[in-house]
Amino acid sequence: MTTYSRRRHSRSSLVLRYVLLLIVFAISVGPFVWQLSTSLKSLGEDIYSYPPSLLPHQPTLDNYKRVSDVIPVFGFALNSLIAASMSVVANCVGAAMAGYALARLRFRGRKLALLAIVAGLLVPLEAILISQLLLVRSLHLNNTLVGVILPGAVGALNVLLMRNAFLGFPHEVEEAALIDGANAWQRFFRIGLPSVKGTIAVVALFAFMGVWDDFLWPLVVLSDPGNYTLTVGLDYLHGTFAQDERLVAAGTIIAVAPLILLFVILQRFFFRGVGEGAVKG
Amino acid sequence: MAAPLTSTARRPGTGETRTRAVVPRKRRKLRTHLATTPWLFLLPALVITGLFIVYPFLNTAVLSFTDAKLIVGGKFTGFANFARMIDDPLFWTALRNCGLYVLGCVPPLVILPLLIAVLVHTTLPGITFFRAAFYTPVVASVVVAGLIWSWMLDTKGLVNSILQWLHLVTAPVPFLSDETLILISAMLLTIWKGLGYYMIVYLAALSTVPRELYEAAEIDGAGAVRRFLSVTVPHLRSTMVLVGAISAVSAFRVFTELYVLTGSNNSGGPGGADISMVMLIRSVGTGLDGQLGYGSALSLVLFVLTLGLLLVVLRLNRREDRI
Repeated sequence: MTTYSRRRHSRSSLVLRYVLLLIVFAISVGPFVWQLSTSLKSLGEDIYSYPPSLLPHQPTLDNYKRVSDVIPVFGFALNSLIAASMSVVANCVGAAMAGYALARLRFRGRKLALLAIVAGLLVPLEAILISQLLLVRSLHLNNTLVGVILPGAVGALNVLLMRNAFLGFPHEVEEAALIDGANAWQRFFRIGLPSVKGTIAVVALFAFMGVWDDFLWPLVVLSDPGNYTLTVGLDYLHGTFAQDERLVAAGTIIAVAPLILLFVILQRFFFRGVGEGAVKG
Repeated sequence: MAAPLTSTARRPGTGETRTRAVVPRKRRKLRTHLATTPWLFLLPALVITGLFIVYPFLNTAVLSFTDAKLIVGGKFTGFANFARMIDDPLFWTALRNCGLYVLGCVPPLVILPLLIAVLVHTTLPGITFFRAAFYTPVVASVVVAGLIWSWMLDTKGLVNSILQWLHLVTAPVPFLSDETLILISAMLLTIWKGLGYYMIVYLAALSTVPRELYEAAEIDGAGAVRRFLSVTVPHLRSTMVLVGAISAVSAFRVFTELYVLTGSNNSGGPGGADISMVMLIRSVGTGLDGQLGYGSALSLVLFVLTLGLLLVVLRLNRREDRI
């Protein structure tokens, strides 16, 4: 990302830029740091101290132990992990297959199939919440993790992302395989998939984050606390122990830490996904 | 009837069919796949889309004209649900809140991320670190963000401490108990969580602005602000409209921010004054006493208004094009 402003930076404009960067930094990251700090403060320490103190006097993991005593927070995390993983597999397989057919195979009804999938993007999920819930109930999948992921199992946006990726690689390679007698499935697995690995990673990442962070749908589908995902479990924690800020803070850190870690490792794919998703969506 | 008969009778004799029969495979193009193969590839996507989007959508439209409840099957009641909506004060409150939410969130979400993107669109040391840090709130779920901010905005929380420390206020600000302040706090939460996302969208667009334009502007003596207004903004206008459209549609569908900030045990603040459309749909339609008919009618209205909002934003864009 080369930019124009590299050459001439007067000292004052440089200082101004860093000051602004630090202000935005404090606004974006500060709340997380404050939450982390609260979660590490012992029961003996005043969390309402004035002026506020950022660093805990005697950092302790006690609140993390307490939160796992009052709610099965690691069980919730496991549920989130299972649901998110199922969604990742379903989205990668389903979207890659559909994207390949839409991009590389010629057949009657292709435009119609594409149109049906794009039209799906225009319907806000909140507007079909009630009917989706009725359907999931009649399939006896309410209160299950499968019910949580099924409506988003093959996201329309993911299909479009995969289609664009498959459109992007040259026909010659595939034609050579065709002459060698490879059928559509063989071409898909041996030539198609290996050339769109990056996009598959993006789809996987966003499918994972989508389920991990989703709230409204699991809230209406899941009724038994044993099946709660983290977001629903946190809401339950907040509703029951709202006054115990250290406890809620520890719960939120448990919920957000894995994703921040994932983001730090896979930053590149996150940014790529936003770029492609926003332009095409 | 006669004409088709003769034509079918004649066809086997014409060259067309005979060519096919005589020269079977050689002249045809290499067959790339069986006729059913594409549909097998599409099966999972089409099943999910059909079952969980198309069917529920049609079902919502049908249910909204019935008095269906969870326990009893509904019968057709015409526009009764929509008539009921007009008399329902909660509907008007929800509609007003969603409208305010769009008005409150969209301008900041169009402008602030652009300014931040310009700020990080440079090659200073440490800039990739800042870029990543600004994105962090996007990664967190709205529930987590909501819980973090409900602690920060507590009467004894960090924000009030700082405000009092700076002597900006004398008494703690009731961010989470005053009905107007709850709405504003939720908007701030939405904006906070959206900054990083739209920053990345703008960064992708910024890299397409030709450098020569900035250089030319600078030679003409344009300062930083002037360059921003007369080079960057015109170039990114379609991206700004896109950001406006996405953020408007998602602001109109607000749920979690208000749900978490109003305390999870009630729906929508004091007396339901901070209820949103989606909150109303959930509370009317999804419980064990779910009023499916009325809830579906509300859902249909939500769908139409969302689509309308999208069309209005896109139309605004087109009109500006002509000027």
